[in-house]
Amino acid sequence: MATTVDSRAPSRTAAQPGESAHKPPSALWKNIRTYAGVAIIVIWGLAPFYWMVVTSFRSVPFTFDNTPFFTHVTLDNFQTVFSTGRGNHFGRALVNSVIIGTATTIVGLVAGVFAAYALSRLKFQGKNLVLGFVLAASMFPGVALITPLFEFFRNIGWFGTYQALIIPDISFVLPLTIYTLTAFFREMPWELEEAAKIDGATPGQAFRKVILPLAAPGLFTTAILAFIAAWNEFTIASQLSSDATQPVTVAIASFTGSQPHVEPYTAVMAAGTVVTIPLIIMVLAFQRQIVAGLTAGGVKG
Amino acid sequence: MSTETTGMTTTAEIPKTRGPERPSIDPHQSRRAWMLIAPTLILLTVVIGYPIVRAIWMSFQQDAALNPQTGLFESGGFAGFKNYTHWLLQRCGDTACPPGTNAANFYGAVWITVFFTIVTVAIELVLGFWFAIIMNGTFRGRGLVRAAILIPWAIPTAVTAKLWYFIFANEGIANSLFHTDIVWFSDKWAARFAIIISDVWKTTPFMALLILAGLQLIGAEIYEAAKVDGASAWQRFTAITLPLVKPAVVVALLFRTLDVLRMFDLPFIMTGGGAGDGNDTTTLSILVVQEIRSGFNSAAALSTLTFLFIFLVAFMFIKLLGANLSDDEGTR
Repeated sequence: MATTVDSRAPSRTAAQPGESAHKPPSALWKNIRTYAGVAIIVIWGLAPFYWMVVTSFRSVPFTFDNTPFFTHVTLDNFQTVFSTGRGNHFGRALVNSVIIGTATTIVGLVAGVFAAYALSRLKFQGKNLVLGFVLAASMFPGVALITPLFEFFRNIGWFGTYQALIIPDISFVLPLTIYTLTAFFREMPWELEEAAKIDGATPGQAFRKVILPLAAPGLFTTAILAFIAAWNEFTIASQLSSDATQPVTVAIASFTGSQPHVEPYTAVMAAGTVVTIPLIIMVLAFQRQIVAGLTAGGVKG
Repeated sequence: MSTETTGMTTTAEIPKTRGPERPSIDPHQSRRAWMLIAPTLILLTVVIGYPIVRAIWMSFQQDAALNPQTGLFESGGFAGFKNYTHWLLQRCGDTACPPGTNAANFYGAVWITVFFTIVTVAIELVLGFWFAIIMNGTFRGRGLVRAAILIPWAIPTAVTAKLWYFIFANEGIANSLFHTDIVWFSDKWAARFAIIISDVWKTTPFMALLILAGLQLIGAEIYEAAKVDGASAWQRFTAITLPLVKPAVVVALLFRTLDVLRMFDLPFIMTGGGAGDGNDTTTLSILVVQEIRSGFNSAAALSTLTFLFIFLVAFMFIKLLGANLSDDEGTR
């Protein structure tokens, strides 16, 4: 018995120095693997986007040059994008997207703040019912809204108006703001609210003066997510917008270019670059918050 | 025996003790909560509730059609389940729907939608998991990686569609890079995979970030303990990582599945639902939009079927996989 225990013990201790002696190469190998993976992720995210930007600066005859760096650089494509020939109104579409996105974000944020405060802070019967209702709303297929709204807006003369585009967008932006804000509010130091109340503040004052400033980062992040979701909407707008109110996503999809019967690849890539740049700036500036908001709410933008 | 009975009494007592606690919900607080939620409920009722009710009502109405007997354009009346049998049993009037009509294409669209969903979500799950594990490691340049992975997520789907449409052009970079000559948008399988690749590119980041959030909740001590106990890397993955990250993965899977089931933008822009001139990339959502042009009421029936289908899938997901979405302490 004693011998077997003895023979086991040294073999174990012997294995450990062996492992630690082996460690430097295995750590190096692990590092190489990690950075190779990191490189793949970065290429995954950036390469197609980079290709869009390169193409947007490439002159039309060299559309299929396929050189992976900037060649035949020109600004013509951006001029084509903003020219109003052949029924294209990209500039106007940009303004439309800003209007629709801003209005939807404001409505979603205001209604969302109240609801999220109640859901995260107050005890009441039917809370899970409300959460389930909001969740069900976020799963709702946008295409199922189109048929009844198409008919309804046509009957009341709203077809192709801004409100006909903002109203359906609320259907997916509001559940998103509620879920994200509820998650943010749950993490907040609410003791401070109690402290303010003890010091004589009314519930309304405590909310405005203590809670809102603390909640500002969460509100801001939620606003970004909501705006991106509304900015990117295509399905409903493709059916319910008119030439005058169509947002950029629809304008890009139906862009005809300056020449008939020619696929305007480079101009469309320029349009895509213009539409994406504001989003990229937001992503670069607020990446940490966006990731936090995305995963906190678990709702896709 | 005695321990069993005591066990019984304690479990039976729990509802009793819970009962008197209920009124402790402050009625003032309750009223304030409902007042705060009221704007949301009103908005959602207007933007979703009304359209659902209206769509269901429409789906039982007859579309205006030319009456062959009178030669007049007659509108409507109650249709019974006619609009539903039109899709489910492929009945056009008293005969079977001729090929080429939207109704004849219904099961094709269901199949394509399910196919896109299964393939896309499966690839995303594997890739997303891999990305998440990489990002969960220690390395320099986290900001760069986070920004890079957010770019596909941030780009509008309409732009994604146009970008990959260009990448997959006949003389485009995809064919040039792999020295192939695939005419991506006329072959039905090539077109389907062009759409799948584009969607996987755009949405894997979302999957990866959700799984990463789940991974970050797992403490390093557990792995250390398992290492000390001699668990291999594979054992640590299957016995620790997978079960602990499961709630996050299930939520990510649910959201992505429901998302692909209503896929519209990518195929609509890239192929218009066809591949060449067929219907080989027509999803259910595209079919609804095509049908609006021929009849509101039959389109309403189809959109009702589509959202019932999506809710059925969501329900099965939550029941079978136990997606934890409304729990107060749930990791979302």
